[in-house]
This record gives sequence, C-alpha cells and structure tokens, in this order.
Amino acid sequence: MAAKTYSLPKLPYAYNALKPSISAQIMELHHSKHHQTYITNLNKALQTHSTAVGAGDIAAQIALQPAIRFNGGGHINHSLFWQNLAPPSSPDAKTAAAPALVAEITKTWGSYDKFKSAFSAALLGIQGSGWGWLVNESQGGLRIVTTKDQDPVVGGEVPIFGVDMWEHAYYLQYLNGKAAYVENIWKVINWKVAEQRYHGGPDDAFAALKSSM
Amino acid sequence: MSTTLLRSAPALRGALRAGAMKPAAAMASTSFVRGKATLPDLPYDYGALEPYISGKIMELHHKKHHQTYVTGLNSALDTIAAGDPLKAAAAAPLLNFHGGGHINHSLFWENLAPASREGGGEPDGALKKSISEDFGSFDTLRKQMNTALAGIQGSGWAWLVKDKTTGTLSIATRANQDPVSGNLVPLLGIDAWEHAYYLQYENRKAEYFEAIWNVVNWKTVAGRFEKA
Repeated sequence: MAAKTYSLPKLPYAYNALKPSISAQIMELHHSKHHQTYITNLNKALQTHSTAVGAGDIAAQIALQPAIRFNGGGHINHSLFWQNLAPPSSPDAKTAAAPALVAEITKTWGSYDKFKSAFSAALLGIQGSGWGWLVNESQGGLRIVTTKDQDPVVGGEVPIFGVDMWEHAYYLQYLNGKAAYVENIWKVINWKVAEQRYHGGPDDAFAALKSSM
Repeated sequence: MSTTLLRSAPALRGALRAGAMKPAAAMASTSFVRGKATLPDLPYDYGALEPYISGKIMELHHKKHHQTYVTGLNSALDTIAAGDPLKAAAAAPLLNFHGGGHINHSLFWENLAPASREGGGEPDGALKKSISEDFGSFDTLRKQMNTALAGIQGSGWAWLVKDKTTGTLSIATRANQDPVSGNLVPLLGIDAWEHAYYLQYENRKAEYFEAIWNVVNWKTVAGRFEKA
C-alpha cells in the first residue's frame, strides 16, 4: 500500500514580499529548506508507516508516531503560516479585511490592542521552539494557544492564524531580539485569510494542505 | 568544589553553608554572587572557536542569550523567595527554564576550547577506556551523539552523561533548557538550539554538529568524569 506523498506548496507571494518585517533570505531558507525538510521526512515516515500497516506491525506503527507528528505538524503549520501572511502594502494586511473576526476579538478581549498584547505575550513566553495560534473553538469562541516544537492544532478547533516562534523564523534578521520580530509580524498578518478561516471549519483551513498532496 | 566557584568567596560560602545553593561538582563554574546568578566570563575570546563557531555567534550567545537566562533565573528566584506559594508555584517552570539555561551554558562554555589550545582531538586515559567500554569506540560515541543531536525535535541539548551509581556512560538529550539532573552527571554538552549555529550554518545543522568536535575540551570532560 503506497502512502500519499506531500509536496512543497508554492508561496502566495515572492520571497522578498514580506520585507521589512521578514527578510527575503529568511523566507527563502524557511520555505525552500526548512519546510521542504519537514515534507521530505513526513513522506519518508508515512511510507514506512504504510509498510508497517501492510505487515500488521503495530509496534513499528507506534514507533513512527513522533516522526509523523513532528514532520506532519511542521508541514501543516508552515502551510497555514504562509497563507496567513501578506505583504504589508496589501489591503489584506489591514484589520479592515476581517470585520467579523475583529468584532469577535474586540468582544472577547475588550479591544484589539488588548488582544494584540495578550497574543504577543503568549508568543514571547514560549520556552524553546513553538508556535502561537489564534483559534476558534469547535463550540465557538476565540482563544490564544501556544504549541511546542511542531505540534499542530488538530483537535477540532480552527486555526485562524499562527506565528512561528522557532529561531529560524527570525534569527538572521532580528538575532536575539525576538520582541521586535513579534512587533513586526503584526504588519504582515493576512486578515482576509483570517476572516475566511473564522467563517469556515477545520476542513476549510486545511484545504491548502490537501492540494499539496 | 573547584576554586573558580569561589570568586565571590565569603558571601558565596555563606550561601552554600546555608544550603541556599547546592551546585553539583560538575556545575562548579556556575557563578553566583550573594545568592544572585551572574554571567560567568568565557575562558577564551569570542573569536577563539573560529572557524568552527563564529565570533558573532559566540558573542550573542554569551552576552545576550546566556545573560537573559541569568536575568530570568534571578527574577524567578526573587519571586519564589517572596514566599507567596501560588506565585512561587507559577514561577517553577521559569526557574527550570532559566536556571537550566544558566547551568547548561555555563557547562557548555567550559567544555569547549580553541582548536589551537585544548580543543579537539580525542579523550585519553580513564575516560577513553570508559568510552571504549560503553560505546565500543570514540568514533561510535561521536556518531551516536550526532544522531541524537540531529534527532532533537525543536530546541534542546545532547549530553554525554555518567550514571552516578553504575558509572556507565551514555548519551542523553534534553528538551529546551531542561538540565541534566538526578542520577546522571553531565560531562559534555552540545547546544542544539538554532541560536547556537544559525548565523553561520543556517539550516545545515549537521555541519555544525560535525564541526563542534574540533573545539571540544576533553581536559574539562575528563575532569568532570573523574569527579562524578
């Protein structure tokens, strides 16, 4: 039984399109090297897993789970991340592109600025590598969550947007100054995509992943 | 207890007697002044590990990253010392993270040395014998350590450790800044956080893991092995 293989999705903009918030060098390495490595290792793990399923080898299947979680999570997270960023000059990078979402954010946190502070603090509080996400709970309701390493948000909630806090996401430009990276990432959030994800379910958010198979 | 620990002698000895700080022998160089952690000096210049680790990486790593752990550790210790149990409990993860960061980096600087001085080469004497017994050969140890480093998912460290009870050597990895503790004594640590190599090696971390063996200070590692 052959496993489905995933391939690197194209970026919806050029490597230099997120400057000055994120340098072209970072974007190119991040997409063409880091994201590609997750995909390569995911495909490898899925192929081995598929063989183990065919052989009825449950021990081998369980042993592969960390690799699938890590590399599959890396593929999911980066695919969502590229889509939820936009060039700073684009109208999509303005909160006006997400009227319903911003209204719900304001209702939940009291104001957009309070939400921004809370999300930024969550990002800066991550110990080690990880991600911060704004999610819509399956029962409804917005929440900020952080995940470690490449753990994906796949528990039924909808990821609205995510911010990568691995050092490779900012170090070449910001060095140890990650607070400046967090400040500047707000200028390239794709609020149009965020609004679409807010109105949709998990399947809509993950649609781009299916097309990369 | 090595003499380097006693730079801030009287206050520190007092603190140790009072049981406020109990660094293990391997952590002898972790600096504390009047119960406050301080950034230890590097035992070599920032550029001294080139070409294997760039001067820029070393400077940021020591002066910025390590300093941030020192600051965070002191802040966590203050919170805990203030006595509010709820706040102290909430600060425990910060103590582990920043305290671990301070301990790990202090050990790391000391187990590296310029290739033109003690750095590189191979261990000898009792350490070499023990490595041969437990790994088969020094080359196997290197390979296993590099495999362990490459397999870390996210930020973390790989360590050559000695089991206090059995004396056996093995390789252990730790997530983020979790320190090696309990029955294991850290002998040699390699930092696999991206900030340890990214400016020079970018995503090619396997090259960093190969290169760092040129600047391992086996004299320090042997010293820790004998004391453990």
